[in-house]
Amino acid sequence: MPLNHVVLARSLFGTSLAFHIIFATLGVGIPLLVAVAEITYALTRDSDYAIMAKRWTRGFTVILAVSITTGTIVALQLSLLWPRFMQVVGQVIALPFLIEVFAFFIEAVFMSIYVYAADRIPHKWRILSVSFVAIGAAMSALLITDANSFMNTPRGFRMENGRAVDVHPWLAVFNPALPTQDTHVLISAYMAVPFVLATIAANALVRRNISSREREHHTKALMLTLFLGGFFGILTAISGDLSGKFLAKYQPAKLAVAEGLFHTTKAAPLIIGGWPDASTQQVIGGLRIPGVLSFLATDRFDGVVKGLDTIPKSLWPPLISHELFDTMVGLGTLLILIAVIGWLFKTIRMRKTQYPFPKWYLFIVMLSGIMAIGAIECGWLYAELSRQPWTIYGIMRTAEAVTGAPYVGTMFILFILLYALLTIGTISVLRAYFLRHPLANDIEPGPIRPRKVVWLP
Amino acid sequence: MTDATWAAVLLWTLVFIYAIAGSIDFGSGFWALFYFKRTDVKAAMIASRYLSPLWEVTNVFLVLFAVSLVVLFPHAAFTLGNMLLVPGNLILILLTIRTVFMVYAHTSERFAYPLKFISGITGLLIPALLLTVFPIAQGGFSQRVGDHYILSLSALFSSPATYTYVALGILSELFLSSLFLGDYSRVADDRSAFITYRRQVLWLGPVTIIVAFICLWSISATAPWLRHGLILQGSWFVLSGTLFLLGMAMVLLARKPTDFSYRIGVIAIVLQYLMAMFAYGRAHMPYLVYPIVSIYDSFTNAEMFRAAIMVLIIGIAILFPGFIWFWRLFLENKAYLQKS
Repeated sequence: MPLNHVVLARSLFGTSLAFHIIFATLGVGIPLLVAVAEITYALTRDSDYAIMAKRWTRGFTVILAVSITTGTIVALQLSLLWPRFMQVVGQVIALPFLIEVFAFFIEAVFMSIYVYAADRIPHKWRILSVSFVAIGAAMSALLITDANSFMNTPRGFRMENGRAVDVHPWLAVFNPALPTQDTHVLISAYMAVPFVLATIAANALVRRNISSREREHHTKALMLTLFLGGFFGILTAISGDLSGKFLAKYQPAKLAVAEGLFHTTKAAPLIIGGWPDASTQQVIGGLRIPGVLSFLATDRFDGVVKGLDTIPKSLWPPLISHELFDTMVGLGTLLILIAVIGWLFKTIRMRKTQYPFPKWYLFIVMLSGIMAIGAIECGWLYAELSRQPWTIYGIMRTAEAVTGAPYVGTMFILFILLYALLTIGTISVLRAYFLRHPLANDIEPGPIRPRKVVWLP
Repeated sequence: MTDATWAAVLLWTLVFIYAIAGSIDFGSGFWALFYFKRTDVKAAMIASRYLSPLWEVTNVFLVLFAVSLVVLFPHAAFTLGNMLLVPGNLILILLTIRTVFMVYAHTSERFAYPLKFISGITGLLIPALLLTVFPIAQGGFSQRVGDHYILSLSALFSSPATYTYVALGILSELFLSSLFLGDYSRVADDRSAFITYRRQVLWLGPVTIIVAFICLWSISATAPWLRHGLILQGSWFVLSGTLFLLGMAMVLLARKPTDFSYRIGVIAIVLQYLMAMFAYGRAHMPYLVYPIVSIYDSFTNAEMFRAAIMVLIIGIAILFPGFIWFWRLFLENKAYLQKS
């Protein structure tokens, strides 16, 4: 196979996934936030939360449609673009794909019930059905990530003459990378989505012609989303640290390329930023903090961290992984900081004023949604690139997995056009809908008297 | 029966379910468009209402089929993956446009018509493209390159057999969706929609059968191996034809929405399709793609088969009550159907 054929196939599949994961992340996170809003409404009888749930759901139905269809694209394109890979998947790690179909079915059925039958079922059942949507979505994410964690740490089979033998399907499912990777993917989706919704609230709050009733509603939405974003942000950082320790043990090359560590080092420094240079085998520039990488990876400041020199140079992953990794960590850290600052404002100024957030802060929050999605994309790109040249680590190279069929380039162009169409379409449809159905139509104009005060911090 | 045969039966059952559900789904989209501007008939409203919650469930079966093929026959998935790159990706593009534009149409009142137009038309093209997989599996359109096969698109699209399959697919879609929407308007007690869809069933049924015969004739002309198998299954085809006549008679008898004989007609025609597909599937055995992939040489290992069957049984056990609830809430529920 000529190399550019592999590059084209990777570009097509990468574009599909890059597009899908935006909607998939929203699809995992929004049901959780809707469930939280519904429960808050049930506890406080503050109608603002019911309206939040209603309006988020309205946007969610469009996003879910894009998420489901692009998910179908990804599921089938796996077989169309990487037939050799899927041949192994079918023999060894097919179970998560199969179970995922049923998880998705649960999500789809309860989503229909929550959206189309909401007026015919009692409120308790609505909470139940949206919770099942959230559970179904989370299960889908966990199961698909399991297939990816198998690609990192393949277990439960041997290859003999192109066929898998000695197959243990459940051993493949419960591979060593599963716990850390699953946790990180799910929690980071729960971190990203609140920030996306916080962006919407902040966007409304900076407008001049906002009524005080609308301001009250959006402030509540902002506080709820910032709290959830910050909370899951801290958990994401913890799970990221555990993932790093896992890599140090199981996939040292993947950690080494993330940190730009060329040589196996005792008391290895953490290098933030900088440009890894293959010829001098050093990171140019960047901020060096002595011993910290060893501490993060091994819990000891003088621990030994394996470098890229432990594997042949022909098997090195692309060095750009370091940049992607640092961007992911950097964005995540900034987001946690934004949430913490928000919490400080609220705690310090809430007694004096009903609207504690200054305008400059709101402008920063307006960026948080795009930062969160950026962090997700960088994290995914890092996870995939740093496994190269392997598609199944140590067993099958990406170039071996690719389809033999022609016309991949034509398909790539068609799919780029499709995703451009979906981007424009989804944004215009959502904008038009919310312009035609402004918040003012939904909220009760008078002051509302919740039964209980808000229970969130 | 061997494990591989059981797996083939399971896979073929999924094809059957998706064929019926997909026909109804895509066909309803088309009828929602067709009757969009005709405010005198509520046929469009009935079709839209039917469609809203249904497409996600239909989509599940498409993915379940694709995943089951990879699980049960991984080596066939390898061959088919290489061969179907172009038709498969085109189907995915159409499927995405169709579904997403349909959901856009629900959200945007102003552009509902152009959006429904695009989703309705793509909904007709999808079954047409899906049906090209049948002539591909029938053999003769692929060439060997190294260790894999690639599809010859020009040979596929210059063969008349391809077009008879495509015509049968589109007609079945329109026929089955009219049939189900008729039953749906019966449950909703909507007289005008019922009469519209019943009239369509009465002329689409015979046309579909005629095309089915042309399709069988073109198979005989292009694939002698399959003709041989089809003749052996002759008695199943006779049974299928009888069920068709029974179904049409029952629809003819049902003149009012309250006539229950319509429902018997629906069941008879679904059984007609089941019998015909069963016979076709048996005639096709043991080849998934003639003559390069048989169910025996592409079957998965015993451990994966056992685990997959276990997951499928548990999954279907969960799926079934969920589906019943879904059915009660949307498809058999007067309150939902009559809500304006």
